[in-house]
Amino acid sequence: MRISLFIACYNDTLFPDTGKAVVRVLERLGHTVDFNPAQTCCGQMHWNTGYTREAVPIIRHFLEVYREAEVICIPSSSCVAMIRDHYPKAAEESGDAKFAEEVESLLPRVFEFSELLVRYLRVEDAGAAFAHKVTYHASCHSLRSLGLGDIPLRLLRNVRGLELLPLDDVDRCCGFGGTFAIKNADVSSAMLEDKIESVLKSGAEVCTAVDNSCLLHLFGGLHRRRLPVRTAHLAEILACTSEGAGQ
Amino acid sequence: MTASFPAAARELLRNAQLRRNVAHATDVIRHKRDRVVEEREDWQELRDAGSAIRQHVLENLDSYLLQFEEACSAAGGQVHWARDAAEANRIALAILSSREVREVIKIKSMTTEEIGLNAALEARGISAIETDLAELIVQLGHDVPSHIVVPALHKNRQQIRELFLREMGLDQLGDTAEDLTAAARAWLRRRFLTARAAISGANFLIAETGGVAIVESEGNGRMCLTLPPLLITIAGIEKVIPSFRDLEVFLQTLPRSATGERMNPYNSIWTGTTGADGPQEFHVILLDNGRSRILADSESRQTLKCIRCGACQNVCPVYRQTGGHAYGSVYGGPIGAILTPQLHNLEQGASLPYASSLCGACYEVCPVKIDIPEVLIHLRSEIVAREQHTIGGMLGPWNLGMQAAARIFASGERMETAQKLGRAIQRPFAGTSGTIESLPFLLSGWTQSRDLRPIPQESFRAWWARRGKEES
Ligand code: SF4
Repeated sequence: MRISLFIACYNDTLFPDTGKAVVRVLERLGHTVDFNPAQTCCGQMHWNTGYTREAVPIIRHFLEVYREAEVICIPSSSCVAMIRDHYPKAAEESGDAKFAEEVESLLPRVFEFSELLVRYLRVEDAGAAFAHKVTYHASCHSLRSLGLGDIPLRLLRNVRGLELLPLDDVDRCCGFGGTFAIKNADVSSAMLEDKIESVLKSGAEVCTAVDNSCLLHLFGGLHRRRLPVRTAHLAEILACTSEGAGQ
Repeated sequence: MTASFPAAARELLRNAQLRRNVAHATDVIRHKRDRVVEEREDWQELRDAGSAIRQHVLENLDSYLLQFEEACSAAGGQVHWARDAAEANRIALAILSSREVREVIKIKSMTTEEIGLNAALEARGISAIETDLAELIVQLGHDVPSHIVVPALHKNRQQIRELFLREMGLDQLGDTAEDLTAAARAWLRRRFLTARAAISGANFLIAETGGVAIVESEGNGRMCLTLPPLLITIAGIEKVIPSFRDLEVFLQTLPRSATGERMNPYNSIWTGTTGADGPQEFHVILLDNGRSRILADSESRQTLKCIRCGACQNVCPVYRQTGGHAYGSVYGGPIGAILTPQLHNLEQGASLPYASSLCGACYEVCPVKIDIPEVLIHLRSEIVAREQHTIGGMLGPWNLGMQAAARIFASGERMETAQKLGRAIQRPFAGTSGTIESLPFLLSGWTQSRDLRPIPQESFRAWWARRGKEES
C-alpha cells in the first residue's frame, strides 16, 4: 500500500534517522512510502503556545499537502494529537465550511507510526532484532490523546533479543511540554530529574518512545549528566534486524 | 498575587522538605482515588452525567439561582447577592456586627479564602477560627492553603506537632495522627461550645429545595452547622445544581475524586431554618467575583463546572514539584491555572496558563470532564492576542520568534533554507562532546539543565531527495 509520511518538522531537522527508520520498516513490510517535500509542520507549537491565529495557515498548508494521500503515517504522537484534538476546532472557529470538510476527510487517514502498524496494517511483529535492555516511556499524548495503550509494547515484545524493562510512573510527564521546557525551565528540569531517576532504576540501556520530543528532553538530561543510557525512537528499534541496523 | 509562577516555583523548588511532603501526600490520595474509581464500572457514565448536569446549570444559571433564592427564602433563609469580594465581606460583616458577634467559627471554605474574609473580619475586631483540621493547621501557622481539599498538604506530621506545641501552648504532645487530632479536638471543642455564629462554604446549592450541602471528613463542619444560633454560608454562584436528585451523581464522584473514599463520613444538607433546632438565623451570600465574566466566554465557561475535588492537583506533575503556593492564590494546580487568571480578568496570574506541560492528566481524572488543557490553550491565545496589541509584546522575543517560525512553516523550500541556516548558526555553540551545552537568550532555559542535540548534517528531506536521485 502507498503510505504518505509526515515526518514532523523537528524530526525532519533533528532526527532524520527516525524518518529513515520509518521508511525502512514500512518498505520491509512491502509498502511504498511517499514523501511530499512541500510538508512543513502540523502547527502544534504555535497552537499550544497560544499563537492559534498563526497556526491556522500552517494547518491549512498541511491539509493542502495531504489532500490526496490515502494513509498518512506520523512518527510523532503529539502531532497526531494536534490534528485530532485541535484541527476540528480551528476549522470550526474559521467558520469556513470547506475547511471543516477537509479536516473531517483528513482525520480517518491519519495514523501515528505504531498505531498504523498495529491497528491499521495489523502487524505486531515487524521482524526486528535488537539485543538490548529497553524501557518504554509512554508520552502523554500517545497515552491520553491517542489512547495507544500497550500498542508500542506489543511491537517491542516481538523484537528478537530485546529485553523490555518496566518504567516506574510510566504515565507521568517527562516535563518537556514544548515551550513549557523554556518558559518554566526550573519546573521542567525538576520533572525531568524524576523521569531520569525512573529510567536509571529500570536498568535499561536504551529508553524508547513514540515521540522524539520527549526523547530530545530525556537525551538532554542524560547527556548533561554523562549517563550511559541511550535514547531511540521506536521506529529506530524496529528498523534493526539480525542482519544489522542499517539505514 | 505577587511573583509570576516561574519565579515562585523557583523558590519553592529549593524546599526539599515541602516537595517530599507534596509528592508523598498526593501519591497517597491519588492511589486511593484510583482504587475506588476502578471499582466503578460506570465511572465514565458518572463523569458524563456530572459534566452534563454542570454544563446545563451553567447554561441556565440565572433561572436556577433565582429558583434557589426563592426556595431558600421560603424555608426561612435570607439570600444576599455579592458582586465582588468587598461586597461579600461587607455583607458578612454587617450581619455579624449587628448581632455583636466577636468570635465566629468557620468550616472549610476556599471561597472565603478567595475573598480574604478572615482578614476583613479581623480588621473589625472579629476573630475567625478555622475548624477544619487542615485549615486550622494553616491558620495557626499563619500560612496559606496549598491544596483545595487538603489545605495543609505541604506539612508533615512532625511539622504539625511542633506547630501545635507552640501555638496551642502545650507542654507535651505525641506525633501520631491520634495525638494530633486529640489535641485539635480539645482545642476546638471549647470554641464549638461558646461560638454564637458560624460561617461555612458550600459544596452544592440545591435550586429545587433551597438546600445547601456540605461534605466533610471530620464532623467539625457538622458542629458549625448545628451549634451556633447564627449561620452564614458563602458560596460562588456556580455552586448551584438543579435538584436534590442530582446529588446522586456528585455524592458518588466527589468523595471518590477528592479523598479516595466511597462516601464522605459526614454529609450535611440543610434547608433554611427549622424550629428550635439548629441555627435560628441563616444567610446565604451568593458571590460573583468574576464568575459571570467567565460564564460569558463560551470557551472557558467549562471552568465553572468545577466541583473542587482537587483530583487534578493530585495528578498534576507540575503541582507535584511546587505545591500550591506557586500559583499565588488558594486555587493551585491545574484548576488554579485556569481559574485564577480568569477571576482576575487576566490582569493577574497571566503566567499561570503557561504553568502546564499540557500532559492531560488533569482532564483524565476530572469528574466533571473539564478539558483543562483546552482552556489553558484558549487562555494562552487570549494572552498572546493582548500582548500583540502592545509594542513591547509585538517586538518581544516570543512574538518575533513565533512570527518567524510561522513564515518558515509556510513552505517546504523555506523550511529547507531555515534548516541550512540553523546548521550554520549553531556552529559556535557546539560543545566539546558534539552537543550544545549553552545557548543564549530564551533558549538558555533549555541548556540550564539539558544538552541539545545539534542539527545533523543532513535533514530527512535532504536525505530523501538524495535517495531519489541515487535510485533514478
Ligand atoms: S477541575 Fe475537575 S478535577 Fe480539578 S478540582 Fe475541579 S472538578 Fe476536580
